[in-house]
Amino acid sequence: MIEVSGLTVERGGKTILRDYSVSLERGRILAVLGANGVGKTTLINTLVGVIKPKSGRLSIGGRVGFVPQLFEVPFSYSALDIVLMGRARHLGLFSAPGKRDFEIARRYFHMLAIEHLQQQAFNSLSGGQRQLVMIAQALASECELLVLDEPCAALDYKNQDKVLCLLEHLRNEHGMTIAFSTHMPQHAVEIASDVLLMTSGSSYVCGPTDEALSPENLSDLYDLPIARADFDGLAKHTYAPVFRHDGARFNG
Amino acid sequence: MSRSSAETGASGAVSGWAGRKLASVSVLPVLVGLLVAVVLYSVAIGRYDLSVRDVAYILIDNVHPLVTPYWDPVQEVVVEQVRLPRIMAAVIVGFGLSISGAALQGLFRNPLVDPGIIGVTSGAGFGGTLAILIGLQSYLLLGMAFLFGIASIFLVKLLSTVRGRTSMLTLVLAGVVISAFFSAAISVAKLLADPFQKLPAITYWLMGSIASSSYWDVLLIAVAVVPSAIAIHLLRYQINIMSLGEEKARALGTKVVLVQWIILLASALISAGVVATSGIIGWVGLVIPHVARALVGADHQRLLPVSGVIGAIYLLMVDNLARTVSTAEIPLGIITALIGVPVFAVILRRLHAHGGWSGD
Repeated sequence: MIEVSGLTVERGGKTILRDYSVSLERGRILAVLGANGVGKTTLINTLVGVIKPKSGRLSIGGRVGFVPQLFEVPFSYSALDIVLMGRARHLGLFSAPGKRDFEIARRYFHMLAIEHLQQQAFNSLSGGQRQLVMIAQALASECELLVLDEPCAALDYKNQDKVLCLLEHLRNEHGMTIAFSTHMPQHAVEIASDVLLMTSGSSYVCGPTDEALSPENLSDLYDLPIARADFDGLAKHTYAPVFRHDGARFNG
Repeated sequence: MSRSSAETGASGAVSGWAGRKLASVSVLPVLVGLLVAVVLYSVAIGRYDLSVRDVAYILIDNVHPLVTPYWDPVQEVVVEQVRLPRIMAAVIVGFGLSISGAALQGLFRNPLVDPGIIGVTSGAGFGGTLAILIGLQSYLLLGMAFLFGIASIFLVKLLSTVRGRTSMLTLVLAGVVISAFFSAAISVAKLLADPFQKLPAITYWLMGSIASSSYWDVLLIAVAVVPSAIAIHLLRYQINIMSLGEEKARALGTKVVLVQWIILLASALISAGVVATSGIIGWVGLVIPHVARALVGADHQRLLPVSGVIGAIYLLMVDNLARTVSTAEIPLGIITALIGVPVFAVILRRLHAHGGWSGD
């Protein structure tokens, strides 16, 4: 589904990504991890076609749906208006959504169990509800690859669980391929089949989650000791940071 | 819990597609009806007294004589040659400024934008000023205003395009810069003008008036406004998407650059046409879309036509004030500013209070 090789991306004359090669097969979930400012958003924007790469090969084997981070709109559109906008690529330049587009939009409200939000103002929704509406918008575009920029940022545990469940459900039941960025290795452990650990603009680790997502790699990634913790009695584990508490790195 | 949400879902479905159509159908005809009434009333009022019934008969007589003409030929001239072209001009100008204001606010994702922001208004203003200064009149003056208006949008676009991409923020800033430049140029032209003849002519022309509109002027405004308004209206759904931001619009598969260009050119054409024939009429394109948004919501599919019609009604009423309140004509631009500024201040405070607009 995603075939990236030798990808180099520049923004404002500065090289953000150098020589990235990533591939993701159809029906898999990729989690992108990395420190702030390392270029996760740049990579995601390149995948969805918002940024044109400077060099390298980028091929996406299907329509892409994009869910940006913490989305706000300048006008008080209803949630239904927002989801309908997902139909853009299926409509001509001079046409407006018709009955069929409304049906498709409504189908996804139903699927995500958020029908009651349809007529509400998008900006009045909670962060979790907004995230679901944006996912509905991406789905309404009838995408095969769903790309999400930090879909769980600023969400509480319950809503994080909801979004992760939904992503897994979309993969299992609808054969969707998914790529998302996150700051929590736990999210990758829970649902990702593949991970991309972006250490810097030119070095990265990419591979199946159970191989690439190791305490060593994560420690490198965040420049902080990170330990694996197994939950007693559950066949589950997580990764926890060992924060340093050393005031020595500040001057005064 | 799940049962109650299922019920709301079902009622939502009822008011969905059909409900939206209903909303747009019920507000728009009421407004159009109101516009027709205001037009008839406007023809009737003035220093030469006429009743609305006389006006209706005189007008219908052109299409199909209902009654034998009982009116004075002077009345017919007042209706058809003096008042009607002026009223038509007010309707078209108000419609054009408001629909382009609504479209630009959507495109720039900024409710504080109006056609003046993209630099066309002062560009066209300078063109007209220059024409008066070098002694050009009527059609040549209109042509100059038109030319400089369109030229200024190209300048703005050129200034704000860096490495083949235009960000909406730099576009707005470039608009402000170009506006400031042309305002200075207008001042220079005024300084050079003969203070007894040309300076007053320039000053009154810039203040804005449609007092002396002829059918030729109406035709000229219509040529600028009608095709542009149609183009903007056809792009109504694309403007919704553009208002989510350039990146999101691109990711959704919209032809971002094409849509930007069509809206900018159409708005430039409207503003240039309006300035050329009627001078600088501010605040209409800024305030009216807010009023329309309060009525029908943010969806540009409903917002654009409703803005246009409200703008037409508003400018017509303002023009009625301009010609009836005193024996001397009051320039339109003065009244639209006097009304527009306080109304806008109130809207701004209410927007903040209701949080209906995130102020980015």
